[in-house]
Amino acid sequence: MKVIVGQGSCGVATGAKKTADEFERQIAEKNLNIKVGITGCVGTCYLEPIVDVYDDEGGMTRYVKVQPEIVAEIVEKHLLGGKPAVEYVISEVDSQFVGKQKRVVLRNCGLIDPENIEEYLAVGGYEATKKVVTSMKPEEVIEEIKVAGLRGRGGAGFPTWFKWNAAKGNPGKNKYIVCNADEGDPGAFMDRSVLEGDPHSLIEGMIIGGFAMGATEGIIYCRAEYPLAIHRLEIAMAQAREKGYLGKDIFGSGFDFDLRIKAGAGAFVCGEETALIASLEGERGMPRLKPPFPAEKGYWQQPTNINNVETFANVAWIIANGGAAFGAMGTQQSKGTKVFALAGKIKKGGLVEVPMGLPLKDVIYGIGDGIKKDKKFKAVQMGGPSGGCIPAELIETPVTYEDINKTGAIVGSGGMIVMDEETCMVDMARYFLDFTRKESCGKCNYCRVGTKRMLEILERITRGEGEDGDIELLEELAYKIKDGSLCGLGQTAPNPVLTTIRYFRNEYEDHIYKKKCTAKSCKALLTFTITDACKGCTLCAKKCPVGAISGTVKKQHVIDQDLCIKCGKCLETCNFGAIEKN
Amino acid sequence: MCENCGLHEPSGTADFKELAPVLEKYGKVPGSLITILQKAQDIYGYLSIDAINYISQQTGIKPAKIYGVATFYAQFRLQPIGKYLIMLCKGTACHVNGADLIEEAVCEYLNIHDGETTEDGLFTLNNVACLGCCSLAPVMMIQSAEGDETFGNLTKDSVKKVLADIQARA
Repeated sequence: MKVIVGQGSCGVATGAKKTADEFERQIAEKNLNIKVGITGCVGTCYLEPIVDVYDDEGGMTRYVKVQPEIVAEIVEKHLLGGKPAVEYVISEVDSQFVGKQKRVVLRNCGLIDPENIEEYLAVGGYEATKKVVTSMKPEEVIEEIKVAGLRGRGGAGFPTWFKWNAAKGNPGKNKYIVCNADEGDPGAFMDRSVLEGDPHSLIEGMIIGGFAMGATEGIIYCRAEYPLAIHRLEIAMAQAREKGYLGKDIFGSGFDFDLRIKAGAGAFVCGEETALIASLEGERGMPRLKPPFPAEKGYWQQPTNINNVETFANVAWIIANGGAAFGAMGTQQSKGTKVFALAGKIKKGGLVEVPMGLPLKDVIYGIGDGIKKDKKFKAVQMGGPSGGCIPAELIETPVTYEDINKTGAIVGSGGMIVMDEETCMVDMARYFLDFTRKESCGKCNYCRVGTKRMLEILERITRGEGEDGDIELLEELAYKIKDGSLCGLGQTAPNPVLTTIRYFRNEYEDHIYKKKCTAKSCKALLTFTITDACKGCTLCAKKCPVGAISGTVKKQHVIDQDLCIKCGKCLETCNFGAIEKN
Repeated sequence: MCENCGLHEPSGTADFKELAPVLEKYGKVPGSLITILQKAQDIYGYLSIDAINYISQQTGIKPAKIYGVATFYAQFRLQPIGKYLIMLCKGTACHVNGADLIEEAVCEYLNIHDGETTEDGLFTLNNVACLGCCSLAPVMMIQSAEGDETFGNLTKDSVKKVLADIQARA
């Protein structure tokens, strides 16, 4: 028997460490011979902390939302009594969250201990590496990836085999293979889960990629904001070295390959490959003109190939199961599976891996169970700051690179932020522009100044100071920024604005002409009033920071609209629901 | 503090003993500037002008270039920070789930704004792009010598409670 506590960042954030400690304590107290182990992210973040109890026959009982106070009961009933503590076991409905998915990238996440290489080997780990370096030619490896139809999972969807082939074909003294693990998209966390939950699958993907293009050195460029991911990667690399899977003469094939980690320092633009290379070289992360492409002149002017974490995590599976098996999933143009990070106003947020081509509706309602508090679904934001908002009427859109591009959004790295009726689309556009403006490296005028100007207009609109012609001005600026920017950051920065104008133009018009925010989210456009449900308890008057509320005891109070700063304190404090927000 | 560049005034007393082994290891390795700066910040909590000058002397990289790199990346700080660094997530999911309200609550409770440190030197507030715990939005991470701790599903009340608990401990 063993107890496994899910310890990805999400689990730890909800107290998984305390839960694990409590299990340790109880087990020691009762002198039980039961191991408490760890695993990575299961994907069902909304159920954390998650604890799996394995019995000696290999059966598994999954407990959810296990806070330290219920540990004693589970130990008592299950570990000692041999009967599951049913009230804490995952429900039938929730267990389908994973059941409806097809797991390739996340095949081991939440099942194995990421800090123990033996568990990875037990599920066939490093078999693909062995097969590649001992029995395949580099071109055969690339052919297999081509058959699989794997496309870059970092967002652009560029055919992986093509990049590998280009790097292979360019002569260089040293070649480098780089993993972009600088998941800078706000709202995406699939790379983190792979790094924390199954670091060996990334290492293996990089060894195979290195072999295919003739690179002997790999670099993982990982966000400094992911300390746990870096820690687990370091452990995994040390274990792989010890076993001889990294280093000299791997599997006696004569192929040498080693990896190192470089911690990024926080810059969204470093997701662009030339900026990432500049950052690796210790410079400011500024993109440069292409060509020459990194495959010709990259890190230290040598042929360099850069792929995203999720792209590499597919590689070993493709080699082990054959490219055709991978290509059989998904659609003609977008093959395989894709991991999405489902978050926002969704009931069941977490990581979802599905075959490409599934309609958005199946992901949002079928797996994510719809909107919190059953409110009205308004839009889903895909592709982060480079992407766009897809409105409710397009919910049947299949998730493929081409279909999502048609809507004006992009698949991107796979962040899916769900929004309901209370999300203001103008504010969303403002939020993304605020982000890209801060993250613009400043090299191109249009991106540096243009995003700032667009942001100023959007801020004005959300403050209720929008003017006639603002929408047209935003559109004009948007296209000029797209045309006048060197890299993907500037070229895509206006997308959130363009898609919200395209699908939610009425919201812009309401803000500008009616000075009204239908989502009741833009503070400056709200009015708070006291209805006749007021009992005159005076609580709101006492709480109002600017003394805008007046009235006598036991009589209906009034808000002075000139003084009101729209802080909403009265609404929070009223026990009679007498405050109206409009 | 220098009003032109935001750098902390030189103290002229530090000897950078702790930084010597780092420079020993990375000083001559091309492309290691970011790594050196990260290690220096880990040791001293921020990058002082003295530290930048010292790194410059030891590596031969001009101070202006080091300053250029240090100001480019979000991770580097040119000012000392409090004992507890609050990293408040402003990612998309957190934004949709009310991160602004959480920030208001923190600012109100501690009487500081983004990037500032409380007078007692206990807390520094930093807004960050995304902590990657989107399903638990809104989220914050508090870094200190005790380690990193992440708090999810924050409300105005729960965030105040977290801060009050730390104040009571400190």
